[in-house]
Amino acid sequence: MITLTPGQAAAEATEAILADFMGGPHRGVIVDSPPGAGKTTLVVTAATTLADSGERLMIVAQTNEQVDDLTDKLATKAPTLSIGRLHSDGFSVPSRVTRHPGVTASNKIDQVESCAVVIATADKWAYVSGHSWSWAIVDEAYQMRSDKLLAIAALFDRALFVGDPGQLDPFSVVDTERWAGLAWDPMQSAVAVIGRLNDLPVHRLPVSWRLPASAAPLVSEAFYPFASFRSGTAAADRELQLTTAGFPVPWDRTLNEAAATGWALHELPSRHTIRTDAEAVQACAGLATRLLQRGAVAHDENGSHDVGPDRIAIGCAHTDQVAAIRAAGTPAGVTVDTANRLQGREYDVTIVLHPLSGRRDATAFHLESGRLCVLTSRHRHACIVVARAGIAELLDNHPSTGRVQLNVPVKFPDGWEANHAVLAHLSNHRVGA
Amino acid sequence: MSIMSSYARALAVQNGRAQPVATVRHLHLSATPMVFIPLKLAGEAAAPLAALVGTDPANPRLLVVPQPRNRDLRFAFMAELAEVLLPYIEGLAGVTETVEAKTPYERCADAPQLLVPNRGGIAFTKLLGRSTRFRRTDGPYPVHPSVPVLGQWLTFLSERAEYAGSSALVSMTDALALHWATGQSSMEDANLATQLAWIAPPEGLDGPEAALVAEDPLTSPPAGPETHPDFDGQVLEYAIQAFETSGSAAQVREALRSQLEPTWTLMWQGVRLLRELPEAATVEARWARDRDQFTRETARLAEGGFPRGRVDGAVSAAIRLADLESALQAYEAQRAFDDPLVMIEHRVAGKAFSGEVVAVDATRRIVPAGKTRAAPRPLVTIRTSDPVRLSPGRRLVSSRNRKQRTEIVDITGDLVVIQVNDQMGRGATPAPGSVPEVGDVVCYAELDPSGGQRPRLPAGEDTPWTHGGPPEPYVPTDEDAQEAWS
Amino acid sequence: MTRLDTLRGPAEPLDHNARTIAALAVNPGCDRRALLDAAGVDKQRTATHLGFPAPFGQSPFAITRAKSFDALVKANGCAHLLRLLRSTLDLSISEASYSDISDVGGNDDHQVRHTRTRALLKRAATDGDGAGTLFDHPLLKLTVAGHEVYLEPAVIAFQIEGRFHIVEIKSFAVIDDQADAGQVAAAARQSAVYVHALRALFTAEGLDPGRISHNVVLVCPKDFANHPTATLLDVRQQLAALERQLSRLTRIDRILDELPIGITFDLETQSPDEVGKAVATVGARFAPECLASCEMSLFCRAEARDRESTDVLGRAARDELGGIESIPAVLGLADDSRPPSPEQLEIAEQLRYVRRIYTEAVA
Repeated sequence: MITLTPGQAAAEATEAILADFMGGPHRGVIVDSPPGAGKTTLVVTAATTLADSGERLMIVAQTNEQVDDLTDKLATKAPTLSIGRLHSDGFSVPSRVTRHPGVTASNKIDQVESCAVVIATADKWAYVSGHSWSWAIVDEAYQMRSDKLLAIAALFDRALFVGDPGQLDPFSVVDTERWAGLAWDPMQSAVAVIGRLNDLPVHRLPVSWRLPASAAPLVSEAFYPFASFRSGTAAADRELQLTTAGFPVPWDRTLNEAAATGWALHELPSRHTIRTDAEAVQACAGLATRLLQRGAVAHDENGSHDVGPDRIAIGCAHTDQVAAIRAAGTPAGVTVDTANRLQGREYDVTIVLHPLSGRRDATAFHLESGRLCVLTSRHRHACIVVARAGIAELLDNHPSTGRVQLNVPVKFPDGWEANHAVLAHLSNHRVGA
Repeated sequence: MSIMSSYARALAVQNGRAQPVATVRHLHLSATPMVFIPLKLAGEAAAPLAALVGTDPANPRLLVVPQPRNRDLRFAFMAELAEVLLPYIEGLAGVTETVEAKTPYERCADAPQLLVPNRGGIAFTKLLGRSTRFRRTDGPYPVHPSVPVLGQWLTFLSERAEYAGSSALVSMTDALALHWATGQSSMEDANLATQLAWIAPPEGLDGPEAALVAEDPLTSPPAGPETHPDFDGQVLEYAIQAFETSGSAAQVREALRSQLEPTWTLMWQGVRLLRELPEAATVEARWARDRDQFTRETARLAEGGFPRGRVDGAVSAAIRLADLESALQAYEAQRAFDDPLVMIEHRVAGKAFSGEVVAVDATRRIVPAGKTRAAPRPLVTIRTSDPVRLSPGRRLVSSRNRKQRTEIVDITGDLVVIQVNDQMGRGATPAPGSVPEVGDVVCYAELDPSGGQRPRLPAGEDTPWTHGGPPEPYVPTDEDAQEAWS
Repeated sequence: MTRLDTLRGPAEPLDHNARTIAALAVNPGCDRRALLDAAGVDKQRTATHLGFPAPFGQSPFAITRAKSFDALVKANGCAHLLRLLRSTLDLSISEASYSDISDVGGNDDHQVRHTRTRALLKRAATDGDGAGTLFDHPLLKLTVAGHEVYLEPAVIAFQIEGRFHIVEIKSFAVIDDQADAGQVAAAARQSAVYVHALRALFTAEGLDPGRISHNVVLVCPKDFANHPTATLLDVRQQLAALERQLSRLTRIDRILDELPIGITFDLETQSPDEVGKAVATVGARFAPECLASCEMSLFCRAEARDRESTDVLGRAARDELGGIESIPAVLGLADDSRPPSPEQLEIAEQLRYVRRIYTEAVA
């Protein structure tokens, strides 16, 4: 048996996806893409391939930031492509989009309709009517609530739905079981609904180019139990180097462990705390500070670069934690955000305030596997988790009395299981503070 | 739940009495609410057993099903319930007022309000509606003409209850929990007797003592819809047997009356307690929405509207979800702006802040993004001791003008600078009073009382392939009408 | 006599059944419940003895209804059930045999029935007969906390083409394809116990445990009728939770080690006061949710109230209060009458702030 290299495996998958999308009998094709598996590359490839054969295409993303990122990448890869960036009234399009001569930005569909590719958020597309496209690509389709798709599905004939099934599910402030069990329950993701109501092919991108060899197996096993993937790089391809030696203090020992192994659990003494636990917050900010002070350099398959503040992120569960960490002396330029807002982003090093740290009881929110998945899969080199001791006991004591609705597909992984898997792995990288 | 309500619960334990979590009443309370306490037979999905119902505290009407397993007796019960509820509902439909709008329209001057003891009562009302609305007055299992009409109204009311801020069908324990924190858990607050014991303990007892007494099923039978298992085994079973042998329902009636009357008293006690609170500012506007919907349903039924299908189609589900979200968002915001005690929840969470205006730059003009001409954009600086967790750019609304749009410009220490974006008149400088002045105490929050916009969705018959294509429109079938109820 | 037997006294140990095992997952952090269950103590009687009888029970109407529905489903050689299996599992079952193992030739001894269950299931699994076979009341065995317990069967095992499904008959209604999510969850937890036990039996017999499906057939009354309907229920998550709970039950030894010597919960020889003191030596983890499921809950609640524990306010409230254990501590920190320990500085600051603005708003 010949084992494919990661590059070959990824190329093969992409080829099969494009063949199915453009030549297959289905109106839709679903692509499951684990973290950093080249989703954007796929979208860009599909878009340029369609444009090359003279087809018009619409692209749907979920946030303005995603749309701008995608537009920038598409225009960079295909400078001659005419791209329409459709936006809402009063939105100022950033320069990384307007700098491309091929891009026309407008809040009126008539101004961009003639472009080979028109790209906008789902919300903006919902206000377009009387136009249609043969082809559509829906990006971050697992983040899209199905009612958003319902509002725009009449605009296209065929669509490629691309997204990461392991991330956070779409959300509603309304707590209702009214539509439980219905295939078209509007609280589900767009992919869940199209998948249940149509017999569509599901493809999978098999290689993560972001996650290092130290992370891909754990993330794959814990969060993608039925859709495993591997790292595109070998252990030797990535190295996080700390150019100054540390002191024998917890922060530095944690950084050493993370640099050496790709993971570290910075464990504070067990205690029940409020959400904005000062010690944990301080540790997050302090670890980021020390990382910069120690002159971290990242060596990877593309070369070497200094790990500057823009390459570091601190992730947590709640906005009040974000505010507290920002206020605790986090170096300027370091991203601090909630899991929801870190979806789709990538850094060299991430520092994670564990959602269960300091709690006595877990809630469904804190156990949600997507939240932990986002937090532990943003990094190219190392992930440092800050937590109070006692999470294992909390998980063990967690009552499993969840409600079960009939005819609702069971979601995997279960947050409780995923948390156990991650914690078991982290226990090998524990540094007591 | 927030640290504020948890603190209030702790305080309730210490004081031996429930503590307020609202200063005003956040629901509409009809001058003549219909109190409805339904009971069901244990083990059955929706077998009505009894109900105590009426608008006069001194004169409840007791309805019973002497043999709950008998289908005919169940329908007789429903017909009897219709005798009470339909005149009440239809009587309110008769009086309308003209609403001044772009296109003036007629709206019912009042609407029905059903009060049930708890959420179980709402769920059971929904099931009663579900099991009767498809029935027909002809064919193999004919029912009294009033039964399917009642089924439609019960369905309407229980669907309204899904909307935040609706007062059409209200669970008393939820209504009370909105205004008082007891010294027990929120789970235990679903017990009307213990909840009221904490809120208004009888003379000589404190809250916890009264709650213990109220837990005794002999003094406080369950508020339904389930009855107590001991009552079932020791009383009801024999009473039903007696009915079977003698044909007299007297024993069943007396047994069930004993289970219902204590709750009847509690329900009206709850009504009195709620009535003592002054009505919140936006209650009237939300009740107008209930009246709007009631008016529409009246018209729909008058035109021979079909009973609602069993489930929503893809489009109607999406529309309903958007409306539910909008109602919830508006309700949360309105409640906070109506009530400083509710606003605390948001202040503690860092989503709102209160403080004194220390500086105003009323003459500031800038060219706003996407515009070409300079416009007034005054800056207001507020000193606050609240833990503000908002960042520049976030849009805020203030309690002094809920329509005015403002945004955060800067937060430094305890000073928050906001920019006012509209509602300042047409002049080159802001109209007098349109911008706060130094010394004013103001409260700003990231809450939108307008509830946002519903997305544009296709018509049901245009449901796209992604969502299963156009569904068959619901048409009532014989099968629906003859559905077994055993 | 083991230490656990001593704790229970001369009373017969209470058998485990799928419900009690499933209940292990309801409050797995509670040592008191874990120990009483492991010792086979009758919690219902104990609670009554202590003057805190369980706050729940079952109505005779519900029991009658459950029995009559069960009988209806199984009538005429499980005619209804077979019809449902055909449509739910999409099977073409021409005919099926039915074996009831509730007694073996008039002998209802557990060991005999279990042996018979094993033999029948093994034969069905190895014969590879394509025909459907129904095994009613299969008596299964499970190791719980080092003790082998029999599972009182309330299910049918159904075998077709070498694959086995657990069939669970419940009398709660499925209305418009939905049922009460709490009751479905409870049914899923119980079914998972049977799936687990059946898999253990297969493993012990050298058969592939993967032949036991994780999809359970749940049979319930449809809409408002007595007519049954069947739904497939995926119990993989419940199985995972159960397996983890079972693997943790060894900690009973840890609890036993911490117990004072000579303690017993024997209701015959001990006064309520003595039993109460003995029970109190084992820590409980009370939460209001216990009131719906644990026989001891009112005793534990009274204890938590006496201690003025924040547990009585509910899990969410306790977490909101930063995990502070007692209500006087919460209020003391809030009104500054109690100096915060270094760990309490943050929550104390929040509480003082909440108290200040709450007091302002109420005034």
